[in-house]
Amino acid sequence: MNTLEILFFALSAFAIISAIMVLISKNPIHSVLWLILVFFSISGHYILLNAQFLAIVNIIVYAGAIMVLFLFVIMLMNVKKDKEPQKQLWVKLIGVIAGGSFLTLLIALVKQNTSFQGRDVLLKEGNIGLIHPLGVALFTDYVVPFEISSVLFLSAMVGAVIIGKK
Amino acid sequence: MTLLALDWAIIIEKLILIVIIVLTTLLITLYTTFGERKVAAILQDRPGPNRAGPFGLLQPLADGLKLIMKEEIIPTSASKWLFILGPGLAMTASLMTSAVIPWGTEIHLFGRTIELQVADINIGLLYVFAVVSMGVYGIMIGGWASNNKFSLMSALRAASQAISYEIAMGLALIALLMSTGTLSLKTIVADQAAGHWWNVVYQPLGFLIFFICAMAECNRTPFDLPEAENELNFGYHQEYSSMKLGFYLFAEYVNMIMSSAIMASMYFGGYDLPFFDETTVAPNIAALIGIGTLLIKIVLFVFLFMWIRWTIPRFRYDQLMNLGWKKMIPLALFNMLITGAIILSKS
Repeated sequence: MNTLEILFFALSAFAIISAIMVLISKNPIHSVLWLILVFFSISGHYILLNAQFLAIVNIIVYAGAIMVLFLFVIMLMNVKKDKEPQKQLWVKLIGVIAGGSFLTLLIALVKQNTSFQGRDVLLKEGNIGLIHPLGVALFTDYVVPFEISSVLFLSAMVGAVIIGKK
Repeated sequence: MTLLALDWAIIIEKLILIVIIVLTTLLITLYTTFGERKVAAILQDRPGPNRAGPFGLLQPLADGLKLIMKEEIIPTSASKWLFILGPGLAMTASLMTSAVIPWGTEIHLFGRTIELQVADINIGLLYVFAVVSMGVYGIMIGGWASNNKFSLMSALRAASQAISYEIAMGLALIALLMSTGTLSLKTIVADQAAGHWWNVVYQPLGFLIFFICAMAECNRTPFDLPEAENELNFGYHQEYSSMKLGFYLFAEYVNMIMSSAIMASMYFGGYDLPFFDETTVAPNIAALIGIGTLLIKIVLFVFLFMWIRWTIPRFRYDQLMNLGWKKMIPLALFNMLITGAIILSKS
């Protein structure tokens, strides 16, 4: 195993364990904190793929802004684990079966898809995740979808202000 | 020496550099607390701490010893792990900024060329921004884990204040990025040192916005609402004692030093000594002069922080939010537009 593989498997294990902890933590605050760790390990994967800009934006936007708002809301609502309604056992069981079947389906699809077979991940190669190529791509090839999504953000902001003013 | 195809010499070199930077920062922090008390004393026309050692110079050591010797109390209703994690996170987040600051050019030792920067990443400015946005977690987790309503209130105040001022700070950074054309702090400082004017000449408004936002991010007066002791007893660290409290208090000073270093590097030429040609002296001496210059700039900024703290009273909470959302953000947007227009008219 070379260094990249060790890093990859360590980060993957970290991401999966944190994601499982998000699900099984009883306290919602702990779930949010584990979710932040998931975002950090995903940013680590981005760095392995030489996408430093994506890595840092992932941290700024998700771990730095959205998760702070999550924490905010949960702290203000003061959700306690004993007051939270517990799901029935059969609901949990159905959830496990449905999720498990979906996972099996996904794995089967990926295994059968010929375009995935025998191909390696481009580690430390490619530069689309760096700031200059990404900026050029966004403002030339993808300028229309990029601007449309910014209009979408603007309308969402206006909506939030209107709801806040009521 | 290669194991796992890594160059271990460079890892050891970086590790030594990190240890030196962290230790120096903590040492300076120790004396910043002393400086704060002395500056406050001078501004209020009183002698200040002068008992421990000559001119009271041993006062920070006495303070540190006192904090360490105090009894460690963890409230029974507190969430224990998060209660311990909080101060650690606050300290880590404030020290992490030091990784991208170029402390000098380079030093030649034992036949090696040692860069005086831990990591020259091509997203330096964004890294600083990401670390700043992480800083709020230490406060929020500590405030919540204390299980005290005053701590929680203050943690929420700190978080909303940090989020509000981060936006204007980011917009000021974008204007700087537009005028320099690079995100790497090393290149930004090298450009300024290579004979150009300092960036503050091109971005005076951007610097002002960044400075005010940095003050708000460091929770310094007039933005110290998270610690408003007449409303919140003591703030988010009310339940903390001993060195955990010390960590929170130190983290505030480390934040102040780091934001001073960032401002000095981004707007005031970093390690560049004005009106001095570095090529006339030996490279190692030039590097040392550079480090000294940067340290002097940092000390001047820290003094400015203290001067403002002991001059201006605290804002009211609505004034703080008004300033952040209705004045700083439009001003930062205006600054961005002006910068864009000037760049467009030049090209």
